[in-house]
Amino acid sequence: MNDEILIDIKNVKKYFPLSKKWFAEKRYVKAVDGISFFIKKGETFGLVGESGCGKSTTGRLINGLIKVDSGEVNFKGTNLANVSEKSWKQYRKPMQMVFQDPYASLSPRMKVKDILLEPLLIHYPKMPRNEKKMLVTELLEKCGISEFHLDKYPHEFSGGQRQRIGIARSLILRPELIIADEPVSALDVSIQSQILNLMKDLQEEFGLTYLFISHDLSVVEHISDRVGVMYLGSLVEIATKQQIFEDPKHPYTQALLSSIPQPDPKKKRESVILSGEIPSASNPPSGCKFHTRCPVAMDICKEKVPELQQLDIEQNVACHLY
Amino acid sequence: MSNIQSEVVTREQIVNEKKEIRFYNFWRDFRKKKPALISLFFILFLIITMIIGPYVVPYEPAEPDYNKVLESPTLQHIFGTDAFGRDILSRLAVGARVTLSVSISAVLLGAVVGTILGLVSGFFGKWVDRAVMRVCDVLFAFPDLILAIGIVAILGPGLNNVVIAVSFFSIPSFARIVRSATLEAKEMLFVEATRSIGASNRRIIWKHIFPETVPTIIVYFTMKVGTAILAAASLSFLGLGAEPSSPDWGAMLSKSRDYIDSSFHLVFFPGLIIFLTVLAFNLLGDGLRDVLDPKTKD
Repeated sequence: MNDEILIDIKNVKKYFPLSKKWFAEKRYVKAVDGISFFIKKGETFGLVGESGCGKSTTGRLINGLIKVDSGEVNFKGTNLANVSEKSWKQYRKPMQMVFQDPYASLSPRMKVKDILLEPLLIHYPKMPRNEKKMLVTELLEKCGISEFHLDKYPHEFSGGQRQRIGIARSLILRPELIIADEPVSALDVSIQSQILNLMKDLQEEFGLTYLFISHDLSVVEHISDRVGVMYLGSLVEIATKQQIFEDPKHPYTQALLSSIPQPDPKKKRESVILSGEIPSASNPPSGCKFHTRCPVAMDICKEKVPELQQLDIEQNVACHLY
Repeated sequence: MSNIQSEVVTREQIVNEKKEIRFYNFWRDFRKKKPALISLFFILFLIITMIIGPYVVPYEPAEPDYNKVLESPTLQHIFGTDAFGRDILSRLAVGARVTLSVSISAVLLGAVVGTILGLVSGFFGKWVDRAVMRVCDVLFAFPDLILAIGIVAILGPGLNNVVIAVSFFSIPSFARIVRSATLEAKEMLFVEATRSIGASNRRIIWKHIFPETVPTIIVYFTMKVGTAILAAASLSFLGLGAEPSSPDWGAMLSKSRDYIDSSFHLVFFPGLIIFLTVLAFNLLGDGLRDVLDPKTKD
């Protein structure tokens, strides 16, 4: 792994308008509220948080499925926030997505063969037929789907197999970055580890960089090199996997970690249980967004938004405690 | 040895079997819809009549026979004869060609234009959607037949213009129904997945959204054919469609209404056949909707 930065996100914001009435007060859901992080080439960056905290929106913002309101998304030196809809095609090629629901992300009316051929048809219309077909078969084989299944339809596969097809589709263009939006949360646990191991193997083989979005901390622990923790549209902590799981700094990260079931009942651990619901993103609390549920909140937390500050090499926390 | 060979199945065979299974499933569900099944046979019968009718009818449909004017149904003339002594059964059989081809081609034209408009307006939304839908609302505000009469009045009478007029009033209904199917398909994850690959809008619409709307279009198509037959017949009845002498069902009704008191069969049989055909298309459409539209399933 080298230190070359593949994608650098700076202060990205996305507000979804709530009401479109003419004279009504403009209200927004602050889905992503000024986040900054970078991903180094070849690493796996895990993005965790509760549902509705803006993880998936972040993934879609990078890929341009949702347009950025403000901020920069620098991918290999190009700011994608300014790219027009027409030129997106060339930037989407090196960054492909894997989706959460393998039942909905594959067209039910297309054969496996055609699903995999489609990216090639879009980006390499002139490639000879048999060359395309060879690429498809080879890649499917690597993802654990034999050539025998080429003419089947997606509904004839199990969830795990479908996700393998989804991963194969994302790899066929030989991308550099894979945005994996909860790729295993729809699968049962035994299949999850198979898919995660497959993703690890493929990462090694093709030199891939992953942005791995998940709500499942144990999955993130398994696959990530560095982890970002999101709460209500903001990043509260970014650190290496070891730092996050062994020495979490932010009270929210601590609370998340204590919610992981502990297989050994004798091993006691300090548990932080959060009270209350996650506040609405359309009307987030003032100051630090977490202060309403934070066990160690101070007065300053209600007034001042904490900045992400560097504590240690690689460990950044947005909290007034530090 | 031969046993082993028969066990070996090629991939092509398996694929063909899969296709057969898909069709089989459709047929298994459709077979249970008795009214639709009977309607399908009736429509097939009409289509066969349309093709071979002119060659098998017992009497020349345009040849007058003044010895047998206004004859009631007999064994020689099962449906009787009209004011010129022409055999009504023969005229109906040959007329199927005119009536069905006019109405089917009109709905086809309307479906093509309406589908394109619906796909575009549903997919792009915003001002495109608003513009297309407001124009459709305006067209909806006219009663179908009044609109058709208006168009024929502008273009002049004749079968081609009837086709244009009838297709014109089926455009907005197709546009609206395809638009709603498009709105639904647009939100599906695999459409987003295709966009994330880098597919163009045209590709997404044509390859991914359009196939999702096809079942809706098929169902609506069959239903609209019934309406179109009625409209085409009505226009002919008003003298705006087929030539009065040609064996069109609507024109036959129109010409024979003077004899409704004396010779009942003159209006009864053309009326009956129009009624049955429209009913058959509607029942077929109902049956197809039950089978093809996943939302109505159980």
